Amino acid sequence: MKFSDQFESRFAEMLTHYPTKRSVLVPTLLFAQDEVGFLSDEVIHELAGRLDLTDLEVRNVISYYSMLTTKPRGKYNVQVCTNIACMLRGSDELFEHCKERLGIGHKGTTPDGLFSLEEVECIGACSWAPAAQVNYDFHENLTPEKMDKVLDEYKKKGTQ
Amino acid sequence: MYLIFMGDVTLTVDGKKVTAPAGTLLIEACKSAGIEVPSFCYYPNLSLQGACRMCLVKIEKMPKLQTACTTVISEGMIVTTDNDEVRQARKSMVELLLGNHPLDCPVCDAGGECELQDMTFSYGAAESKYIDAKNHKEEQQWSPVVYFDRPRCILCYRCVRVCGEGMDVWALGVQNRGVNSIIAPNQEDHLDCEECGMCIDICPVGALTSGAYRYKTRPWEMKHVGTTCTHCADGCKTTLGVRRCDTGMEIVRGDNRDKSGINGDFLCIKGRYAFDFAHHAERLTQPLIRKDGQLTPATWEEAFELIGKRFAEVREKHGGQAIGVVGSTRATNEEDYLLQKFARVVLGSNNIDHHRTADFPALAAALSGKPEMTASMRDVFNAPAMLLIGNNPTEQHPLLAWQIRNNVRLHRARLYVVNSQPIKLRRQAASSTQIPAGSEGKLAAFLAGDDSALDVLVGAGDSPAPDPSTSLSAGSRGCPSPHDWIALREKLRGEANLVIIFGSEICGNNIPSLVKFASAIPGAKVICLADYANSRGAADMGLYPDLLPGYHRVTDAGKFREEWGGVPEVRGLTLPEMVESAKAGDLKGFYVVGANPIGRFGVDPYAFSHSFVVVQDMFLTETAVMADVVLPAANAYEKSGTFTNTCGDLQLVKKAGEVTGSKSDFEMIVRIADAMGFDVRKLVPFGRTMHFDTGQSRGVQSGEADRHAVWLQAQGLEPKMSPFDPMAILDEIQRLVPGYDVSRINLLAGNDQHTTLAGSGPGALQNAELIVPAQDDLFSSGTLGRYSRTLNSVIENHHKEPAETDVAAD
Repeated sequence: MKFSDQFESRFAEMLTHYPTKRSVLVPTLLFAQDEVGFLSDEVIHELAGRLDLTDLEVRNVISYYSMLTTKPRGKYNVQVCTNIACMLRGSDELFEHCKERLGIGHKGTTPDGLFSLEEVECIGACSWAPAAQVNYDFHENLTPEKMDKVLDEYKKKGTQ
Repeated sequence: MYLIFMGDVTLTVDGKKVTAPAGTLLIEACKSAGIEVPSFCYYPNLSLQGACRMCLVKIEKMPKLQTACTTVISEGMIVTTDNDEVRQARKSMVELLLGNHPLDCPVCDAGGECELQDMTFSYGAAESKYIDAKNHKEEQQWSPVVYFDRPRCILCYRCVRVCGEGMDVWALGVQNRGVNSIIAPNQEDHLDCEECGMCIDICPVGALTSGAYRYKTRPWEMKHVGTTCTHCADGCKTTLGVRRCDTGMEIVRGDNRDKSGINGDFLCIKGRYAFDFAHHAERLTQPLIRKDGQLTPATWEEAFELIGKRFAEVREKHGGQAIGVVGSTRATNEEDYLLQKFARVVLGSNNIDHHRTADFPALAAALSGKPEMTASMRDVFNAPAMLLIGNNPTEQHPLLAWQIRNNVRLHRARLYVVNSQPIKLRRQAASSTQIPAGSEGKLAAFLAGDDSALDVLVGAGDSPAPDPSTSLSAGSRGCPSPHDWIALREKLRGEANLVIIFGSEICGNNIPSLVKFASAIPGAKVICLADYANSRGAADMGLYPDLLPGYHRVTDAGKFREEWGGVPEVRGLTLPEMVESAKAGDLKGFYVVGANPIGRFGVDPYAFSHSFVVVQDMFLTETAVMADVVLPAANAYEKSGTFTNTCGDLQLVKKAGEVTGSKSDFEMIVRIADAMGFDVRKLVPFGRTMHFDTGQSRGVQSGEADRHAVWLQAQGLEPKMSPFDPMAILDEIQRLVPGYDVSRINLLAGNDQHTTLAGSGPGALQNAELIVPAQDDLFSSGTLGRYSRTLNSVIENHHKEPAETDVAAD
């Protein structure tokens, strides 16, 4: 299968960083997921072949990391932290609000394919709790109202 | 870690001084001092896991308890393996493991031989603080022989490691993490693998169970007999669990609980599951005599009387040369020896042959008079370098492949592969070279110094291109150049103690070439690969029309003539010559013991229509259906004796199963000689030294070994009271066959004893066309495989078309 030139140059460079090929698996999976959206059977097979691993070994690694997924996700993956600091500052209500607003549950995806929702462990933003992460962007000191604005913006961006 | 030796280290374990080589793991050092540290995930020769936390011990000056399986010993270490703190820690670990593990040992297949059960009893952790419901998952069938019961799994990863590191199959993995971790097969819900069953054997609990054995019986209800496998020529020790049944003794299970064999931890699918041919519904259980054109059940007396009469008639009227005899590659050494002695002494004919799968006479000839140059199966695990020419051990010699792989993995041995196919072992190879099929002989010539052979190795435009990824010189893509070949030869010449392993592709005059090459390398040894369990034994025992036991020529019988009182000096007929002779009407009698020449060689079944044909076999094979008398034979799991594996390792075969109505080939041969009016004392040297001692005078105490009897057996001096005692013939073999004078006590104790070819007779050049490889793969095993339900179910599951050669090997 074909990846972008950027992926290929990153992949080639990474191979020079480690003594064994298999060591580049985790970062490679992340890059591939960013590019394809999820880790399809095709991606798994391709990377396994490149790194002299079995498909099974690649799947084992993917299943270990919660940030890697083998199922397609929405364009924007909304990750609401519900760990202790965020919880004390109202993340449970925030997560409930997201569920209602998007009409989906934990690990669900909206029918238009725009949003996915996920309840995640600590994302390291306790000082600005409650916090959520949409793809790689952080949104802090959230309330349900603020969250609505955030989601509106993404919706606008996504449907333009 | 195992490679670094910096002298010995002394430490204190439970107040005992323990000395072990530097680099030893604490758990192993404890074991060597007789102190058992419990563990689930630690397994010798597999990578370290540190997953189960059962081996926690207290080490002074270390703040927390340490895992003995990952700690390397150091000087002055003071270790406590058993105190309240340690016991409490282990108890908690067992409690955790039992958190999700069902407590239904009485219905679990592993009950009674479960390491978790033992640990729970040791640490009294059956009570639990956990009140959550256990997470139940349904059992899964991953293949015809592998079942997985997820809740029982304790995630020790042994199965994952043995499959990947040990077998190089990598069919098992671990998915998810933490409490959700599960062992997963490579095809989502089933396995695509070599079906060796190593994962089941190594599983400490009842999570992985065998489709062939599960829920049939309990380990304490079986008798366990360690014997030698009857399938390929590697000679693994397999432990058969037997149980009384309606028709004698039923074999219920095969495994290798007794790891003392040359195979150590290893067994393949055949050794583990393919014993079930013994109880196939079509097994013959009474003699058949052809009456009015039909094979009709008869009594043993009738059958022997008829055979004795007819064979004697032929011998009187037409001479011994009018009878042909075909021996077996799955009969014991004693039976094969007895059969050729029967042919030569009773029939007075050298017309004896067998299904040849390797050229041992040429090897014996090449090695004759040289210092010992044959490697044992054990040597393959320890050699610093190995050269493999031809064959595909992964399919045809699974143990050999295991030894090679693990030697490379654990000892960093160098493997050189030269093959016409991209065989799987190239993955372990330091260098792998593909050559045109049929040019293996040229390679032998080239190695021996004949550079003109290079043309064939290098050229051959229409040959398959070598595998570029592993080709001889990593840089050059395409065929290796003459320069590459010469570099390889130089490299090999520098490999001291090289073990050279070659398949049947190398035979005849190429063997002396290869031996010449090997002789120039200090400590080099060779292994010649044949295909059946006792192919080597059949050759060593002289199932050749021109060779006596030990590769002595019939024209130079020497001590055999003295001992037997006469040996026919005329070279006998080979198997194809017997067929021709029968067609011409000259061969009046044909005696086939445990072989299927009609099915195997595609011989015209009507060739023998004018001969009196006697067949001894388990089933009505293509050869048996055209016989005049068929005698139901016992298989190798149902008799005693010895096997010689393809390396020359002699091992004991012990009787495990029994099917009423069959007899061993040994007994049948003796009875036929008797029915011919021959004095069987001249055939089997029994009852000679009659200093008979029943042991009654020695006052053996109950429960104590009869040491006097053990000593007598060890010297081979126990009274042989019966003409059917194979040990009487083993005496003669040890006396007369060069290389077989090994320690009897070690043999009887179940150890392999390497026989040598250095003292053999001169051998003789054989026609290479007589060598017909069995072409068996991992899941086929000639006639035995055809009647094995388990093997057939696995073949079906792998959606393989039945192979063309599926008809009938021996």
